[in-house]
Amino acid sequence: MGRVVVEVMPKPEILDPQGKAVAGALPRLGFGRFTGVRQGKRFELEIDGEVTAEVLEEAARAAEVLLSNPVIEDVVRVAPVEADAATTTLAGGTV
Amino acid sequence: MGRVGVVTFPGSLDDGDAARAVRLAGGEPVRLWHGDADLRGVDAVVLPGGFSYGDYLRCGAIARFAPVMEPLVDAARGGLPVLGICNGFQVLCEAHLLPGALVRNDHRTFRCTDQRLRVEASTAWTREYAAGEEVVIPLKNGEGGYLADEATLDRLEGEGLVALRYVVPEGGRNPNGSARDIAGITNVAGNVVGLMPHPEHAVEAGFGPDPRSGTAGTDGLRIFSSVLRQLVA
Repeated sequence: MGRVVVEVMPKPEILDPQGKAVAGALPRLGFGRFTGVRQGKRFELEIDGEVTAEVLEEAARAAEVLLSNPVIEDVVRVAPVEADAATTTLAGGTV
Repeated sequence: MGRVGVVTFPGSLDDGDAARAVRLAGGEPVRLWHGDADLRGVDAVVLPGGFSYGDYLRCGAIARFAPVMEPLVDAARGGLPVLGICNGFQVLCEAHLLPGALVRNDHRTFRCTDQRLRVEASTAWTREYAAGEEVVIPLKNGEGGYLADEATLDRLEGEGLVALRYVVPEGGRNPNGSARDIAGITNVAGNVVGLMPHPEHAVEAGFGPDPRSGTAGTDGLRIFSSVLRQLVA
């Protein structure tokens, strides 16, 4: 099984109230060094078989048509992911 | 009697009130189902407020691809009067029948208030208001901030496509962070209108905005009678 990751972010010039709310909460929890937060979306599209160039192209089209709204968002990443990598934490354990 | 379709999506809330508003304005409401690609021969369509598909992905993003939207988009491009209220406005933007997008309120809170508005454009849905007339209509949204790029906003202003604007007190701010205080817009033909406030909640005295708003509480009724009058004419 192959998997494609699509990441969508609010355009830089668009106010991101959710990111702002998170940025406001961080220092209250002692995370004082982060000066800004922007919150986007990550989609994982699964397919039977391998992730080919054709699959990536279709994922990019889906990203433009449905997964993002080009008026307010940018598609910042369309890339294959290893099935394992998607569920592996930074520490190397699995979730 | 004009037959006005009211679409119900999963998560629509104000379809019942919109149908009631059509009836109180003298029309015949026709309930349309999101899953049927059939407009049942109606003379106009209202996309009601609510949270279609739970606002998943983006407000209106999934409803925009519902089967009923296929004939609706074609008919709207052909001149059928279509009104999008709140979530319906979001659906119209996602369907590219109107430009721009609605985003989360800049103050991050849900806002419910009797809102003063100025009617600025004569459209299929606003022709019974005088140019520049001020009205009070309930507003209730969490994602009502209207945005578009500067070129689009300039075009809307230049071509007189801002249908309704929030009346903002001197030094105040509009209720959701909308660009240029825009509360509603129209397409060039004037048959497609989207607005964030809820005219269907201001159609019967005693059940609309507070009398202290200085209005009879029925300022929304003419949105519906406007389109009905056009159908008769």
